[in-house]
Amino acid sequence: MKVDLTVNGSEHAVDVADNALLSDVLRETLGLTGTHVGCDTSQCGACTVHLNGRSVKACTVLAGQADGGDVTTIEGIANGDDLHPMQVAFRANHALQCGFCTPGMIMSAIDLVQSADGPLSAEDVRDGLEGNFCRCTGYHNIVKAVLDAQANM
Amino acid sequence: MYTFNFRRASNLDEAQQIHQSSSDAVYVAGGMTLIPSLKLRLANPDDVVDLSQIDGLGSISSADGVVSIGAMARHCEVAATSDIPALAALANRIGDAQVRNRGTIGGSLANNDPAADYPAAVLGLGAIVHTNARAIAGDDFFVDLFETALDEGEIITRVDFPIPRRAAYAKFANQASKYAVVGVMVAETDAGIRVGVTGAAACAFRLTSFEEALSTNMSASALDGVEVDSSDFNSDLHASAAYRGSLVTVMAKQAVDQLTT
Repeated sequence: MKVDLTVNGSEHAVDVADNALLSDVLRETLGLTGTHVGCDTSQCGACTVHLNGRSVKACTVLAGQADGGDVTTIEGIANGDDLHPMQVAFRANHALQCGFCTPGMIMSAIDLVQSADGPLSAEDVRDGLEGNFCRCTGYHNIVKAVLDAQANM
Repeated sequence: MYTFNFRRASNLDEAQQIHQSSSDAVYVAGGMTLIPSLKLRLANPDDVVDLSQIDGLGSISSADGVVSIGAMARHCEVAATSDIPALAALANRIGDAQVRNRGTIGGSLANNDPAADYPAAVLGLGAIVHTNARAIAGDDFFVDLFETALDEGEIITRVDFPIPRRAAYAKFANQASKYAVVGVMVAETDAGIRVGVTGAAACAFRLTSFEEALSTNMSASALDGVEVDSSDFNSDLHASAAYRGSLVTVMAKQAVDQLTT
């Protein structure tokens, strides 16, 4: 099956199995392994990417559903050596321990801040990141980082 | 995941033709239930027919006291509408953000999960489910566990919600999945008081005993002493049937206390 995707600004025409997942295409076909597959059961959110500007779990999108879509992964948010404000805030607030959930957390957090009507409270951030698990349980600093980042986005 | 053919449909007729010509086809809207089911090998269709390329299926409009929501409208888009705040609030509490960005109202209704939120809204607000063949009254749509009035291959196109005078949805959510252990929509409509319950039984239903009590006196106390028959309710590791029966009253009272225009 042919699928056309724009990933991090580059156009790709890929030939994949009909039952391929977006996470398969990103990691195995395009080599973008920053998108992590944690649970592969739609629960943990480690595979979160942006599809047409909104956060989605790439393990729960069929590649064919994303045909013609615009995908942004964790590899696509920095501007050269300048990290995205959300990445800066995660580093500054020590919002990662093992780091496995971090790409998904950051992609979810960026969509959360970008689609918010006004300033987010800590409770808003915790609600908004409901679909992302950190099994190091380092949520406190993740929330701090997102609150910190929203001022710079 | 088993193998299948991924088929794209560019219009409703084509989608239905593909479905009819296949020995075992399934439509995919957002896929928030179907894809996990495929991955767990709980589903093994020959053909998966994608509805996302069909123009106009996701539009939301409001006219003459009716909010018309296209079947492919995502939960996040319903959550952003303003004409029926209770419906927007319901959509905003489905699953998590990533699910709300993909899942659709049509897919949810066609799937008819016993713990889905939208069925309570369709019943509570007296919605009409439109398909590529006909209009189905919300009251007739939910038949049984994962079973609806849809014929084989029939496709939901939109859902029309009459704007209520006041309405509210209260849900006791499973803490992991956010599915409704019990959810209750209470609405004061031009056609009277309506109460739609989801999560409690094999599929969503109207609770006429509550509707009658609230028609006389629209206050939470009106439900005191109104018995809820939980003998056919779901019983699982999350809640017993009796507990769900108790939650129906508690959630209905919360909804009554939160009624908004």
